[in-house]
Amino acid sequence: MNKQEEPTIYGVMARFDTPTEIVHAAKQVHAAGYRQVNAYSPFPIEELSEAIGFHKDRISLTVLAGGLSGAIGGFLLQYWTSAIDYPINVGGRPLLSLPSFVPIIFESGILLAAFGAVIGMIVMNGLPRPYHPVFNAPGFGRASRDRFFLCIKSTDPKFDGPATHEFLIGLGAKGVTDVEE
Amino acid sequence: MAEATKNKGYVDPRPPVIGPGYDFNSLTNKIADIVFMRHFQKGWLFGLAVAFLGALMLFNTIGYLVLKGVGIWGNSVPVGWAFDIINFVWWIGIGHAGTLISAVLLLLRQSWRNSINRFAEAMTLFAVACAGLFPALHTGRPWVDYWLFPYPNTMGMWPNFRSPLMWDVFAVSTYATVSALFWYIGLIPDLATMRDSAKEKWQRMIFGMLAMGWRGDARHWHRYESAYLLLAGLSTPLVLSVHSIVSFDFAVGIIPGWHTTVFPPYFVAGAIYAGFAMVLTIGIPVRKFYHLEDLITMRHIRNMSKVMLATGLIVGYGYLMELFISWYSGNTYEMFMMKNRMFGPYGYMYWLLILCNIIVPQVLWIKKYRENLKIVFLVSMFINVGMWLERFVIIVMSLNRDFLPSSWRMYKPTVFDFSMFFGTIGFFLTLMFLFIRFVPMIPIFEMKALLPQSKVEEKREEAVEGSLPGGVAPQFGD
Repeated sequence: MNKQEEPTIYGVMARFDTPTEIVHAAKQVHAAGYRQVNAYSPFPIEELSEAIGFHKDRISLTVLAGGLSGAIGGFLLQYWTSAIDYPINVGGRPLLSLPSFVPIIFESGILLAAFGAVIGMIVMNGLPRPYHPVFNAPGFGRASRDRFFLCIKSTDPKFDGPATHEFLIGLGAKGVTDVEE
Repeated sequence: MAEATKNKGYVDPRPPVIGPGYDFNSLTNKIADIVFMRHFQKGWLFGLAVAFLGALMLFNTIGYLVLKGVGIWGNSVPVGWAFDIINFVWWIGIGHAGTLISAVLLLLRQSWRNSINRFAEAMTLFAVACAGLFPALHTGRPWVDYWLFPYPNTMGMWPNFRSPLMWDVFAVSTYATVSALFWYIGLIPDLATMRDSAKEKWQRMIFGMLAMGWRGDARHWHRYESAYLLLAGLSTPLVLSVHSIVSFDFAVGIIPGWHTTVFPPYFVAGAIYAGFAMVLTIGIPVRKFYHLEDLITMRHIRNMSKVMLATGLIVGYGYLMELFISWYSGNTYEMFMMKNRMFGPYGYMYWLLILCNIIVPQVLWIKKYRENLKIVFLVSMFINVGMWLERFVIIVMSLNRDFLPSSWRMYKPTVFDFSMFFGTIGFFLTLMFLFIRFVPMIPIFEMKALLPQSKVEEKREEAVEGSLPGGVAPQFGD
């Protein structure tokens, strides 16, 4: 923990040049028992998140929660204002006039569901995060352009600095480097 | 297409959606360089200046309007809704193509949409901004527009949720918010690309803040894709509901010419029709000016022409049904409305509308004309005009001669009606000019996913094995 003596290592990062190479390597890393692995790519690669063992996200739950609360809230708002707090008798028509409430129930449901998707995605991804150790890796800027990176974190129980380093080189990485915390 | 390429011997007869010879790097540069250009091109500056003059005209008109009141417009009983609502519906309709391209075509896995979606979404945002101005100012006292929203107030009153106008408030504000979210979420990975490609520190800081620290993590992409797909799934019914609700503004009323059940689908088709026309009106010049022929290919132009043709026919069906129902109803007022529409004092507007929306676009049936950019551009201009005329025909011509001949009155727009309408066009184009110069107008990461290099191939064990001799790592960061 003493930073003065030895810089703590966030992990070991390997660079690949094509999607096929990184997916292949990621599968082997996963098979070797590494679990705290991150992969970085300039565009979404479905196989890549599968390869590192990430199969299911929970975005649909936040969307459902948002949508339901929006729709129920929209209904309650209209019901309470039109039938309880501010009832207006128009020729004896029912105060709970459901058909005319439908459009706003629908719209408020969609609105909160959309916020559920966006906020769910941002919060679960831990964004905004302006600083992250992986940005220290030389050339990592090209992760958003044309390079693919695989990072095994030092917190992984199987992590062993030099051995992990060698292991990644053996997987055909175009370059391997330590990432400082 | 992914399945098609796997089948041996099958060749996709359609031209690719992206020009040949691109890799991840050159594609990034192609799009990002427009933003990173050090100078401003003369054509862009001139266009922005002209558009901004229009925007200034809008701001001045609004200033005068707030000072004097809506009396400066030509609206007068019985024509209480005129240019303001025509323009509102026209702009909202234009916006709908953006959502359609970005959401509906995404769900239908039409990958050709990838190059035009951001651009079309930006159009949606700006069109909705222009649309929103009109009803907000038409209230007459725009400084108390917040009364439209339900909030506990000292007046002890609540808005009337049974009114289509209230539905409109919710529909349009939801639409604007969701469109903005969708657009921004779509931008995040590209903002990260811009951050990493920027040479100046201030550029890195601005893009870095906007990108929120996006780093292309595979888990993040997974959640991102889910969220994006779900947003598309939400936007699709939303866009249909918005224009249906806009049509309820009319259809729920009892005015002859408004009170019809065909309105929601007919308005939605009209919105898509107008929107695609506007995408082409702006897309064709931008494509030429920035040499984006490889990314916005002729296949895009052709596909959009076909969508216009199809929606144009639905709109034509709507016109036909209006005609048929007014006769079939046997209702005096309905029949008179139709006769007045075709042969009344504004009759020429109706025939112009038929010319612009029904007759001219039929040239798109012919392949040779679909391939001709000038003709496609001209047709889309006709549709832009035609869709505006349609709203004039529906709104003004139904109001100016309703049930009682004693209350009939001709409507004449004033100079402020025109300055406001053309002003919003200027405002819209100003925003468009700023957008294409300062934001990557084509989604970089989505285009990369279309490149053949982006596909993961199976069975590469032999090739990878031993690609590095003796465990010597090459330079990492190049």
